Amino acid sequence: MNLLHFVTDFFGRSGQWHGYDGIPQRLAEHLEYSLLALLLAAAVALPVGLVTGHTGRGGNALAMLATAGRALPSFGLLVLLFTVMGLGLAPVMIPLVVLAVPPILVTTYEAVRSVDRAPVDAARGMGMGPARVLFQVELPVALPLILSGLRSAAVQIVSTATIAAYVSFGGLGRYIIDGLYQRDYTKVVGGAVLVAALALATLGLFRLAARFAVSPGVRRS
Amino acid sequence: MDEFFRMPSDLQHSYLGLVGWHLEEALVPVLAGLLLSLPLAQLCVRFPRLYPPVLWTTTVLYAVPSLAFFVLLIDWTGQSEVTVMIPLALYSLVVLVPAIVDGVRSVPEETHAAATAMGFGPLRRYLQVELPIAVPAVFAGLRVATVSSISLVSVGALIGNQGALGNLLADAMSYHRPELAVTSVATTALLAVAADALLVLCRRLLTPWSPDRRRRTAAPRPAAVPAAPAVEEAR
Repeated sequence: MNLLHFVTDFFGRSGQWHGYDGIPQRLAEHLEYSLLALLLAAAVALPVGLVTGHTGRGGNALAMLATAGRALPSFGLLVLLFTVMGLGLAPVMIPLVVLAVPPILVTTYEAVRSVDRAPVDAARGMGMGPARVLFQVELPVALPLILSGLRSAAVQIVSTATIAAYVSFGGLGRYIIDGLYQRDYTKVVGGAVLVAALALATLGLFRLAARFAVSPGVRRS
Repeated sequence: MDEFFRMPSDLQHSYLGLVGWHLEEALVPVLAGLLLSLPLAQLCVRFPRLYPPVLWTTTVLYAVPSLAFFVLLIDWTGQSEVTVMIPLALYSLVVLVPAIVDGVRSVPEETHAAATAMGFGPLRRYLQVELPIAVPAVFAGLRVATVSSISLVSVGALIGNQGALGNLLADAMSYHRPELAVTSVATTALLAVAADALLVLCRRLLTPWSPDRRRRTAAPRPAAVPAAPAVEEAR
């Protein structure tokens, strides 16, 4: 119950809802970093995943790439790039993109590759070219899995964008890092609860997106 | 080369000491996660209605950011190793439970029936038939869990220097020694890749019946690949 006390204390503080250190501002920053990183990662990983999945080649290379991406510690990469490149958006974006590319890449590849061969052959038989087969048959069928890859990437980005605050950026991590240094546990708990809530909201958002985007014929349940 | 391995004295650890500490903080949780998810997965196989809520719970736990998880636990466990290890153990469940469930479910009906006909009881059937067949899928999950666990430990540096190799990062900034950050990142990545390779080796040794590497031209890898989408999906 201790924790709950900290949370109500945090949200009840005056000045918490406006100004440069207010919750709306920090939330907007956090969303900005996260969205940018997700867009960059998707721009890299989606085309590669779609094409390799369509041709069914390069699975081992992708698996190795994914392991390498997972092996790189995000927090370490952030600090390393920050000490080498100095203050800037790149040291924050690169670790987030490296974190998000493996799940998108691997799921997209697996999703497209494991599409039932029968409709694909039928589409070919109807005279569809490779591009039309990919975008009109394989992509819609693979969409639920592709979205789940994007979802796990998005959730991980939102979680990890917290550490941007360690190299003097904004975002919700600001509360956690500042709170730890100021020995203000209320602030730390408030920040942690906010990030966790945002990550869970992202999870829910992708659930919702899957409901609308996936064609009724493909939906599994 | 020397400055890469000259550890600042405030860390109170040698380089190898940090490596050992890092491995302990990363691997103990995965082991705990495995021990927890084996019975949990078996329950889900036995009572399929339990599976969706269990999967949902692990997904939600996984969505809680590590730093947030660490600081929320400080209230109970203080700024200690345990605070770092509890979230890592819980995170590993999200890959291990579905991996084990899929692995055990992939046991063919005939194999199951044959074991029963040979007089295997439930426990013996589980230990001698179902688990061995599930090994490739379980190891696919273990690999993902181990690699992410090793790279996540570093974040523990933010809660009272509990990040093992991650502690080098704070020193890299405060002493203006970027080479320490290089040491930290490179060592962590190497440990992760080495652990991954070791797990692949273990899987090969545990499943001598799986197709040989050199003759694996036409057929895709038997179980490691099909397990991947399920694993990624759950995250």
